[in-house]
Amino acid sequence: MLEQDLQLVEATFKKYYFENFDLLSIPERAPEREFGYQKFNGGMNRHIGIKSNEELRVLLITNIPSDVYCSNGYYSFPNLPMSEKDWKGADLIFDIDAKDLNLTCRQEHTCIKCISCGVISLSQLTCPSCKSNKIETKSVTCKNCINGAKKEVFKLKKILEEDLAIKKEDIQVYFSGNEGFHIHVINSQYHKLGSRERNDLVDYIMFRGAMPETFGMKKYKPERSSFAEIDDKGWRGRVSKHIFGSKSKRSKAVSEIISDGYVIFQNKLENLKNVIGVKIDPNVTIDIHRIFRLPGSLNSKSGMSKILCENLEKFDPYSDACFIDDEKTDVLANCPVQFTLKNKKFGPYRNEKITIPKYAAIYLICKGLANTT
Amino acid sequence: MTDLGKDEMSKYPFLADAGEYLKDQGFTLEQLGSDSDLELFMDQAIHRIKSAAEGIPYESAIKNNEASDATLSIEVFSFLLAVILLKLNGNNTLIRKFSLAEARRAEDFLKKDLKEMSDEDKVELAKKIIFSLSSITVEEAKDKKDQFFIPVYDYLMHSVHFHEKEWKLINRQVEDGKVFLTSEKVARLVRSELSNFISKKILSAKSPSMVTGFKKPLEKLTSLAKKYYVPTMVSSEYPPCIKHAIDVMEKGENLPHSGRFLLGTYLLGVGKSIEQIAPLFKNAPDYNEKITMYQLNSLNGSTGSGTAYKCPSCERVKSKDLCFATSDCDGIINPLQFKKKKILNA
Repeated sequence: MLEQDLQLVEATFKKYYFENFDLLSIPERAPEREFGYQKFNGGMNRHIGIKSNEELRVLLITNIPSDVYCSNGYYSFPNLPMSEKDWKGADLIFDIDAKDLNLTCRQEHTCIKCISCGVISLSQLTCPSCKSNKIETKSVTCKNCINGAKKEVFKLKKILEEDLAIKKEDIQVYFSGNEGFHIHVINSQYHKLGSRERNDLVDYIMFRGAMPETFGMKKYKPERSSFAEIDDKGWRGRVSKHIFGSKSKRSKAVSEIISDGYVIFQNKLENLKNVIGVKIDPNVTIDIHRIFRLPGSLNSKSGMSKILCENLEKFDPYSDACFIDDEKTDVLANCPVQFTLKNKKFGPYRNEKITIPKYAAIYLICKGLANTT
Repeated sequence: MTDLGKDEMSKYPFLADAGEYLKDQGFTLEQLGSDSDLELFMDQAIHRIKSAAEGIPYESAIKNNEASDATLSIEVFSFLLAVILLKLNGNNTLIRKFSLAEARRAEDFLKKDLKEMSDEDKVELAKKIIFSLSSITVEEAKDKKDQFFIPVYDYLMHSVHFHEKEWKLINRQVEDGKVFLTSEKVARLVRSELSNFISKKILSAKSPSMVTGFKKPLEKLTSLAKKYYVPTMVSSEYPPCIKHAIDVMEKGENLPHSGRFLLGTYLLGVGKSIEQIAPLFKNAPDYNEKITMYQLNSLNGSTGSGTAYKCPSCERVKSKDLCFATSDCDGIINPLQFKKKKILNA
């Protein structure tokens, strides 16, 4: 980030932490967790122990981090190197990111920035100016993406509550601060699971590795198959519902599956994972030592906050997680796609000097699509 | 567990207090070794160890899941004698193999006992044994035949050790935090706990004093143990992950599939022949010569798809919890580079 941009962004972040400290929610068992932060243009600082809100406040005001993290794991000695920390358990965490949903709208709200020559243009595979394929993609606000991510969150919550018996009140859904959601499970019996066990849980949630036999298909005598019912619980019911549609269509669908044979049903299940499986980032959930964005902190990819969604259905991240003020700010913007913040449309801008509210200016600077003038 | 009934004592003799039981029955160790009337028990004990060593299921005298008085004596005395002989012999491989075979035997009874829904005591005892060995709470699914459930957490903690796809959580019926299993699967889930419990019990038992009558049976055991002697293969040029894998194998402990894959591909990679490598696997608790040869040939590319498998990268080894890196490993990304690095640094 350029020096003049840095000054504006750091001052804005500092103001946010000063005025909105109450938005930061320090997780339970904070003294047992590892904290970390990153500074703009700087590396990661990890293995920090924080015992109180006051310590956190001092860290934020003195260091003005670009991003603040807190471990999902709890340790006897959180500030020692990893091998000496003495792991005691870790919250189950999930990351659902709109970019992993492969939605068709993606192209419309994504632009590229060439790493070689810096030219910004509409989404394409190579830089239109220098033909380099070293490009960064920059995606801006999209309601459709957020709705897609919300759908995944609802699917995940259903599995957590109905299949894994996790209490509703122990599932916390946060907007990630950019284009997805972070789901934290607290106080559950699953906190002692290691990485390998979490890996199997991830496969369960993503519907990976399902065998036809699980749903009643027999390999050698398919005519003797006995398929799951639509009202069965867990994946058996969900798969049946998806394949059969309704009870009245079941018998016809079963005959078709049997005549198609085992392998075709197996392929069908394999393809189903992209439809009914929950699209979580497996690496996040498997990691029992992850430092995860701290609730209430700002995301340096957008200037928006990671914020708790009390009513996910109605939650609008582009208004509800945007806490920066609307002071008029001059920037040189180069954003070929339109975006919406606080119900106001911005752009497209083609290398234009513009005056916009500070929250939009910070958003563009964080995305690398504008500079201060 | 002196309150065990004869039925349970016969099925799960490892739960009995050996010394107490002998005393209760009015026998001494000397008698067991010298009384010709008790020779049958000694023969059965040797047979029990031999079957275990060869991986052949030991045929229990218990019929229809009920033990008679005669069965009780044979089953319990032969088990106790086998333990005494193994303790005196001290061969770890035999102890491991015996423990695994006994675990499989007990697993079979656990399965049958769980299934006997009409006999509440049997079901309760099976559940109690499972809980005391593995901390898993098993409950019966009321309206379903041969269906039990355990908490998802306990299932995951145990099932990850199995490689078959059917054990993945996605292939189980899961609802309301419970995983539904048949009695067979519940019992299978705790096999390694059973095996560990039995081997720990043997290893921690007080060494019995040598009795003249044990001399001959012990000789038989010594010649049996020779079969499982493995010539030491460890070289200072082997990386710590390989040394660890060889060590586990030599102790007769269970090395996971990924560990065996690492060991096989590494040794093939450093130029060892299949004939040199195969004996290393002899001590594995589930050793089967044919399968071992087939698998090594597959790794080598001589059978199967014809593709020779390469030694996995350090990253992969690490992800499987098989990495025991030391500073000598710095800068290498594959265990095969360890030897080269050592030579270069020499």
